[in-house]
Amino acid sequence: MSSEGVDSNRRRFLTAATVVVGAAGTVAVAVPFLSSWAPSARARTAGAPVEADISKLQPGQLIIVKWRGKPVWVVRRDEKALASLTTVADNLRDVNSDESIQPEYAKNEHRSRKPEILVMEGICTHLGCSPSYRPEITADWQGGFFCPCHGSSFDFAGRVYQGVPAPTNLTVPPHYYVSDDVILIGEDGVA
Amino acid sequence: MSDKQTTGFVGWMDERFPLTKLWEDHMAKYYAPKNFNFWYYFGALSLVVLVIQIVTGIFLTMHYKPDGDLAFASVEHIMRDVDWGWLLRYMHSTGASFFFVVVYLHMFRALMYGSYQKPRELIWIFGMFIFVALMAEAFMGYLLPWGQMSYWGAQVIISLFGAIPIVGEDLTVWIRGDFVIGDATLNRFFALHVVAVPIVLLLLVVLHIIALHEVGSNNPDGVEIKKNKDENGVPLDGIPFHPYYTVKDIFGLTVFLIIFSAVVFFMPEMGGYFLEHANFVPADPFKTPEHIAPVWYFTPFYAILRAIPDKLMGVLAMFGAIAVLFFLPWIDRGKVRSVRYRSTSHKLLLAMFIVSFLVLGYLGALPSTPARTLAAQVFTAGYFGFFIGLWWISKNENTKPVPERVTW
Repeated sequence: MSSEGVDSNRRRFLTAATVVVGAAGTVAVAVPFLSSWAPSARARTAGAPVEADISKLQPGQLIIVKWRGKPVWVVRRDEKALASLTTVADNLRDVNSDESIQPEYAKNEHRSRKPEILVMEGICTHLGCSPSYRPEITADWQGGFFCPCHGSSFDFAGRVYQGVPAPTNLTVPPHYYVSDDVILIGEDGVA
Repeated sequence: MSDKQTTGFVGWMDERFPLTKLWEDHMAKYYAPKNFNFWYYFGALSLVVLVIQIVTGIFLTMHYKPDGDLAFASVEHIMRDVDWGWLLRYMHSTGASFFFVVVYLHMFRALMYGSYQKPRELIWIFGMFIFVALMAEAFMGYLLPWGQMSYWGAQVIISLFGAIPIVGEDLTVWIRGDFVIGDATLNRFFALHVVAVPIVLLLLVVLHIIALHEVGSNNPDGVEIKKNKDENGVPLDGIPFHPYYTVKDIFGLTVFLIIFSAVVFFMPEMGGYFLEHANFVPADPFKTPEHIAPVWYFTPFYAILRAIPDKLMGVLAMFGAIAVLFFLPWIDRGKVRSVRYRSTSHKLLLAMFIVSFLVLGYLGALPSTPARTLAAQVFTAGYFGFFIGLWWISKNENTKPVPERVTW
């Protein structure tokens, strides 16, 4: 190609303009492809609230409720478990739950609406394993939850101990009491 | 290009397509150093394993169902009901592990003989991209049987991205396509595993080989054979790839296939290392297995992740352990390639790296205890220490004289 008599400024402008328009088009057409990876409308509606019936839940017992495909624990803590929440405080990383995710009404020592009933997502804040419930208190275990994957441990309110990989306390989902025996998980309810 | 004019069918082809030219450039007149040893089998073998994986994979997709409700049962269907289905499946699962065996040995060869050094930096970088694509391929493939280890392994690995500040949590939801791993995740991993990543892998393999054939192969002495050529421009220490190395590689392939078959037929699970026991239980989103460990080829990196008691730092260290390899051609400032002529400190560093990698691999497969975590921290330091040490010593290294021509 001969470059004689070529206005190189004009050529550079046309090249740049073509690249910019082409790039804009590429970005625009990438949006639908990337968006298709977001949770579908069906997955989003599966996030509807679920009810948990706690009338038969004995002290110390844990039941698992499925919400948004995640395990949600409902635990009726006994006296010893509640007493331990104060004694372990010095060993916790986020004792006041400042860094952790919970509704405002669960940002307290027992991390729940009612002190004895704990409602919490059973998903470790480290890498998403489901910790196991270890309620028995022994000489070197204060009771609580232990994640088998990477050894993170949590107290009876799901607060993370120091020196383990999990960065924050376990998450408390929105929930409220429909009646004394029924909890609705997934909504804050009216204040 | 051949000086002789080709005739007949080949002549007809050559007028329309560079058939003879391609054959000569890459086989009959591609001159490779004559001193290749045992370590030079693994490049060709990884190509063979790639073919095994593609062929068995195509046939497995004919029976597999990428559906959260059907996936686990469809794999059992392949294993029990499909004629020879068990063989296809075990060839594919064993092939995955052998892929990493040959690729790790291939990479070790490059470390030993300095095959990543100038002018082969791009070969190394294409190779590293192949390694990363292979890890992605293996990870996504491992979700497909939809067993307990598939599910929770994927849960842990995808959660790694949650450690990224600000966008992390949204990113994990986007990758999963749901708030937890589910049907959406399985379906997209299937698409990536059988279509997208294999195409990328094949492309990268082509780039890797084009770059290799442009500069020519390194050799155990690390000397440049193109420096000494005869009157026809043929390297004096080079021999045509075909028939010399095709025959050598066929011999290696035969031995490889004997070992491969022994595993496929007699120990396809390899005591829980190739196929983990927990993966024979269907995925249960509510119950994490007591001990989860990745498949053996990921355990060194997993041990590094666990060694660091901080989420973000652990994830960075794990990805960093892979990323640092990309920069190896520039971290090593030495001019001598082969370990044969490098300093004792280089040999010690390389030994430390290999020991660290192996011990981390061992630790990553075990449940963590405080003592093991401490050991993992020590060997993580050993792993990264190699790169720091190499950069340090290679500037003014006390090397031995390198011969002008290759030796045996």
